[in-house]
Amino acid sequence: MVTIENLHKKFGKNQVLSGVDLSISEGGIFAVLGPNGSGKTTLIKSVLGMVIPDKGNITVLGENIKKNSEYRHKIDYLPQIANFPSNLRVKELIKMIKDLRKPTNEDERLIDLFKLEPFLDKKLGNLSGGTKQKVNLVLTFMFDSPIVILDEPTSGLDPISLIRLKDLIKAEKAKGKTILITSHIMSFVEEISDEIVFILEGKIYFKGSIQKLKTKTNQPDFEHAIASILTDNHA
Amino acid sequence: MRSRWSYVYFAFYLLLGVVLLFLNNDLSKAVITLMNVIIVLVPLIGTIFGVMYYYNSQEFTELLLAQPIKRSSIFLGQYLGVALSLSMSLTLGLGIPFVFYGLFESSAIWDFSLLLITGTFLTLIFTALAFNIALSNENKIKGFGYAILLWLFLAVIYDGLFLMTLIFFEDYPLDKVSLIGTMLNPIDLSRTLILLKLDISALLGYTGAVFKQFFGTSFGLIVSFVMLTVWVVMPVLRIVFKSKKKDF
Repeated sequence: MVTIENLHKKFGKNQVLSGVDLSISEGGIFAVLGPNGSGKTTLIKSVLGMVIPDKGNITVLGENIKKNSEYRHKIDYLPQIANFPSNLRVKELIKMIKDLRKPTNEDERLIDLFKLEPFLDKKLGNLSGGTKQKVNLVLTFMFDSPIVILDEPTSGLDPISLIRLKDLIKAEKAKGKTILITSHIMSFVEEISDEIVFILEGKIYFKGSIQKLKTKTNQPDFEHAIASILTDNHA
Repeated sequence: MRSRWSYVYFAFYLLLGVVLLFLNNDLSKAVITLMNVIIVLVPLIGTIFGVMYYYNSQEFTELLLAQPIKRSSIFLGQYLGVALSLSMSLTLGLGIPFVFYGLFESSAIWDFSLLLITGTFLTLIFTALAFNIALSNENKIKGFGYAILLWLFLAVIYDGLFLMTLIFFEDYPLDKVSLIGTMLNPIDLSRTLILLKLDISALLGYTGAVFKQFFGTSFGLIVSFVMLTVWVVMPVLRIVFKSKKKDF
């Protein structure tokens, strides 16, 4: 589905990714983990073509993404911080994104799911962080694309929306989609993900199931397993 | 943001056109006064709006970048959106009062069209330059600063330097140098074009005669427009090129 070969990226003097090799197979939920500033978002943005890598190859569904924009029709992306133009209304934004991609009726179900009806006529600048994140989720999930990338999907959500989000992600997985998630909420990751990709100092440190990680680090639970990687590497 | 300000800009030109016509009571004179305003103001507005629009729509740009749209279409779309709406405001804002005043029966129509054409060129040029500066500077304050400096340089400082060079090397034949010097600055080029079209080149003495010989001919006119087009195309190409390499 997504293949990344020898990916390098430097921001100024800061080497963020130094030779990432990763291949993500079809179907399932993959959690990309790592300490702050380890390059998770950079990795994801490289796949989306928003960050141009210094070196390396990325293919999505067999297509090289270099100088290509069509492949993004196959990806739904949830950005980390929902920065929307503040003078647009929620309704206008949803309509505009639909015009850009393709017509869909999925949005009505999602608006209902996240109880967004009262906000449809409000301007995005006046929404709270959590509500913005819900709008963000609607925009991401309303297209039925085979690959879904979620950068910190839980940020700002209340408990009830969090449960709805988990159900939503599980339902998407059941459709056979490939879902990439980054998160710092370990319980959330543990609950939903099938496989972990751990990035450390710009490289893939670990890739495999949670069970495998626990055996590798000799820790009984997931949170401590992650913590032990970080302390062992002085990160 | 963009639409509201372009209405204000439109209203400003409308008012300017009406006031100038009212005060001058003569089309040709109004055209000359307008030229002085346009030559300085159009580049300034183009620069400021270009930078402001780019920085203001950064969030929106990031949203669009994750969608299946080509980068070049995103940035060219934004550029054309700003530049064309500014040009529209200029053309309509000045055009309407002049048309009502009886532009079409007047001999000043060619001068006036030339004024609008160069005004449009200047808008396209300076908006493109502003976008270039904004693309290369993450820091808004720096971006604004450079943009204003660029405008100041081309609108004011360049002339000063140019004049100083001419005085300094006055013992040498300078026709060619001054011609080239004029060509290299879009503001100077536009000013010279309009001045000579208005047939007041006699005021400029010998240089005026040389300029008249060059710019007054259709060859000179074509070369000037080619230069202005180059001034548009170069920064636009850099927008496309730069935006392809930028990280978001």
